[in-house]
Amino acid sequence: MTAFFHHFMYDFRTGLRDKSLLLLNYLFPLGFYALMGLLMTGLNPTFGPTIIPSMILVAVMACTLLGLPNPVVESREAGIFRNFKINGVPELSIVTIPVLSSFVHIIIVSIIITFTAIPFFNANAPVNWGYFVLILLLTIFTFASIGMLIGVVSPNSRSIVLFSQMIFLPSMILGGMMVPTSMLPPALYRVSMLLPTVYSMNAWRGLAFGMEAVFDPRWSLLILLISGVIAFGMAIYLFNWDSKNKRSGRNTMLALITLVPYVLGAIFLVG
Amino acid sequence: MQEYAVLVKDFRKVYGDTIAVDKISFEVHRGEIFGLLGPNGAGKTTTMESLEGLRQPSAGSLNILGVDPMRSPARLRDLIGVQLQSSSLPGSMNPGEAMEFFCAYHKVTPRYDLLDRLGLGEKKSSQFSTLSTGQQRRLSLALAIAHDPPVVLLDEPTAGLDVGSRVELHEVMRELQARGSTIILATHDMAEAEKMSDRVAILLKGKIAATGSPTQLTATGGGLVKISVSSDKACLSQNSGVFPSVSQQIIKDEYVIYYSRDAGETVPAVLDYLKVHDDHLVDLRVERPSLEDRFLEITQPDQPNGDNP
Repeated sequence: MTAFFHHFMYDFRTGLRDKSLLLLNYLFPLGFYALMGLLMTGLNPTFGPTIIPSMILVAVMACTLLGLPNPVVESREAGIFRNFKINGVPELSIVTIPVLSSFVHIIIVSIIITFTAIPFFNANAPVNWGYFVLILLLTIFTFASIGMLIGVVSPNSRSIVLFSQMIFLPSMILGGMMVPTSMLPPALYRVSMLLPTVYSMNAWRGLAFGMEAVFDPRWSLLILLISGVIAFGMAIYLFNWDSKNKRSGRNTMLALITLVPYVLGAIFLVG
Repeated sequence: MQEYAVLVKDFRKVYGDTIAVDKISFEVHRGEIFGLLGPNGAGKTTTMESLEGLRQPSAGSLNILGVDPMRSPARLRDLIGVQLQSSSLPGSMNPGEAMEFFCAYHKVTPRYDLLDRLGLGEKKSSQFSTLSTGQQRRLSLALAIAHDPPVVLLDEPTAGLDVGSRVELHEVMRELQARGSTIILATHDMAEAEKMSDRVAILLKGKIAATGSPTQLTATGGGLVKISVSSDKACLSQNSGVFPSVSQQIIKDEYVIYYSRDAGETVPAVLDYLKVHDDHLVDLRVERPSLEDRFLEITQPDQPNGDNP
């Protein structure tokens, strides 16, 4: 337990010490939040009430999809994981600790966003704080697990950019953060149901902020949970200590199993 | 108690169609420094990594103090300390953190004294990426021995080190040996292997080409002694093949170099020749074949090795 704690504390400090991680964990989401709060709340009146979950989701994606995977690939390719293995660092720690560190970073940013958006940008406060926190934790878990899985299956940094942006960019546009998904054309709405952010936003709207949900928010919680568990399990299963011991090229295909809950959501939850 | 610290029997490792190591066997005695030598691609690193539990052998058996590296990885961690060929730590980790981190996983108290001992005391808070190559190698060694393992595997430990650091590292190796540790040293540096190793194995194309103590190995080679002579009038340079036991003679700079099967016969004959020709000896050096000579003889049998015969 002491070793796990030391490892966790080191990983957490790295998130502050490493300039690119500091940017992705704190500076980018908070800067983006400040910018959007100043601009969008004036331009789009529907944005103000949902600025808290929207900007938390930006923070979650920046930390987990853009920040988390790269150190995993770099450490594997540089032989750092091999060194860890020789010295008894279990692979469960290597997969779990960055996920836990992400929790801490995102919670800190979420606290800042939540308690500044209400006075500064007339954001709606959650009406159910319990659900608000629960959905936050579930969202972080799911995204961090997906981020770890991307790091595990990506052979290099270029692949990370590709895989991460395949989720990040569509989520920013179609994920219900800037515009409610109910306002999307039917075809795009169905596509948007493949994005985890849609489920987080729907759950927050329906369960935490007392707003109208697009579909039953309990399905959102279930789908996020199942997807997160699959991604985390896959990250452990597919984890490689070094690139010389690769399993066959089935990793990426297996990782796509994580998308199954969203595919089912797109099929069955769209009326 | 088991006599051998490390036992390798018929070890074979295949990557696809490539045979990296082909049924090699050797043993390392307790408290011994065992050198693993060979040109690039000979199978040294594969052998080391298999002993470290990083590679699954294709056939044969490996045993470190009674433990199979692949079957009992948890027990292996306490038995071995490893300095990898490339110093591999996260760039943002500092030596103090690294010591704390690895010692925590080995469940021992952090050995900050080792950082001081290896000249890293003032660098405890510097990020790994800012350390020089030599400092990174020394940190890697400190971490490898911090949990006081009975078997230490060092892969090119002095690569990139300055002279002072090499001497320091050799002293640490001797201290470890004096405390009873067994060391396997994979190196390209023949002088280091000859100086440090009790026994060596020379790997060539995945097989053991020779094994024994450095003295035994050099004695079993061509066995030619190198005699370098320099004189005032350089009369020797006009003389060819008149001295007993000389199998080859070359001229390099102001020296005439003889490779002799018996220096006791050759040297007096050379001195007599100088006297007869009224020449004065400036320098005379008699050198036995080095491990490097023997290594080149084994690994490049058809190639002229520098000024070797």
